[in-house]
Amino acid sequence: MSGSTAKALLPTQTKYLAWRSLLRTARQPIIIVPPLVFPLFLLAINASGLDAATSIPGFPADSYLAFALAFPFMQGAIFATNTAGTNIAEDIGSGFFNRLSLTPMRGPSLLAGQLTGVLLIGTIQAVAFLAAGLAAGAAIESGVVGALVIFVLTLAIAAAFGTIGLFAGLRTGSGEAVQGLFPVMFILLFLSSAALPRDLIAQDWFQTVATINPVSYLIEGLRSLIITGWDAEALALAFAIAIAIFTLGLAASTIALRERLVRT
Amino acid sequence: MSRRGRYLSVVRTVAWRNLHSAVRSPALFLPALIFPLFFYMAFAGGLSTVGDLPGFDYYDYNAFQFVFVLLQSAAFGGVFIGFAIGADFDSGFTRRLFLAAQDRSAVIAGFGVAAVIRAALVWAMVFAIALLTGLEVAGNGVELSGLIGLALIINVAFFLFAAGVMTRLRTLQAAPAMQIPVFMILMTAPIYVPRDLLGGWIETVSEFNPMTAIIEAGRSLMAGDPFHLALAFTAATALAAVLFVFARTGLRSAEAAGG
Repeated sequence: MSGSTAKALLPTQTKYLAWRSLLRTARQPIIIVPPLVFPLFLLAINASGLDAATSIPGFPADSYLAFALAFPFMQGAIFATNTAGTNIAEDIGSGFFNRLSLTPMRGPSLLAGQLTGVLLIGTIQAVAFLAAGLAAGAAIESGVVGALVIFVLTLAIAAAFGTIGLFAGLRTGSGEAVQGLFPVMFILLFLSSAALPRDLIAQDWFQTVATINPVSYLIEGLRSLIITGWDAEALALAFAIAIAIFTLGLAASTIALRERLVRT
Repeated sequence: MSRRGRYLSVVRTVAWRNLHSAVRSPALFLPALIFPLFFYMAFAGGLSTVGDLPGFDYYDYNAFQFVFVLLQSAAFGGVFIGFAIGADFDSGFTRRLFLAAQDRSAVIAGFGVAAVIRAALVWAMVFAIALLTGLEVAGNGVELSGLIGLALIINVAFFLFAAGVMTRLRTLQAAPAMQIPVFMILMTAPIYVPRDLLGGWIETVSEFNPMTAIIEAGRSLMAGDPFHLALAFTAATALAAVLFVFARTGLRSAEAAGG
């Protein structure tokens, strides 16, 4: 097949694999429901349980609900790691990947197709979390356009973490190994500025860890749109980090895919 | 061998097998150790400023969170053994154990003994690390023993819950049915601040949550200022008694289904 024909086939292949990924995700409520329910449950607990934290001098919001609303967006995006990784590991385990590799399918189509299911979940989550937050009384300081930017940033973060899942799935070919990443992601989330702003964290070691942790900047970008309005620095950092993780994850996944195809 | 001797022999064998598996496969034991440490780090480290809030009258935020983490690890220590019971049902091993044991409750008791030993190891390690990283203990030896006693009852109670769920559903895939209720009962207690500082729906829920009295009593023991201990021990013991019946009927259900 000539290079130009292969390139021309790329959108078609991506479309079919994306459609398969969407259908597969939509048919498995077990993939959709926990990433929706668990973050909302934690939000409800934290918003009530830590409401007193708004009395801390210098706390940037009047409502802990508004402050904490970025947390489920981030937590949901992190679930993308598992979804993307588990799906591709299942494809490897079931032999579907081997059959695909016998076709003229191109690597980028496979990766883009797999990420589509992740973006579907990300969209459902973003709608649900935003609706729940607004229904519970939170306001979006950056307005309707800010809400749209929250969607875009959430999807960018989901895609970024999705590539990490793809890499793990392609590298190991094991759903269990991908699941093993979940605690690591959870630790990244909790050792960040998710619960308090970095300048209000009293423990020096925790503040240092939160400052090094890229998840802090992703949360701060989302949060700035909810409680501050338009904060160019916070947004630029969040988008830059999401794009950097995505680029690195995609590069690593592409290499892992190539190795996997050679082994196949 | 007497009937009692046979019973104890089954308990010992099942407990030993479970502990042996945990030692040989650290992946089974490490989560039970790492999660309490991680939660202690995340809550005590990340939220310590909350301890300076007006109305927050506990002597040390690290100690405040440590008690919650200790009781949480006690509860989840019981639940983690439920994974082992579920896995043994999946592999068919529990069926063989049930066929071999004259009194099948000895099999469940064996898992219970393993749960208590594993929890005690976790507590020892978590306590040591917390002390090394600056935990201040205000209570005396007797009060600390009371705290450990409470944790022990909670460990047994939640083990009985896990055993009840697993003997009914008999598969590891039912793990969320064990974890989610335990997670919900723990998280709707006053975790981050004392009850007086809670607001909204969680204030109401925590009033009725039996874990509230247990956690508050545990914190009072840690502070050396015991408070509503009778209520806490009664709540913990009643919980264990109810869950004993739940586990017992679950075992009957497993027996009726042929193990």
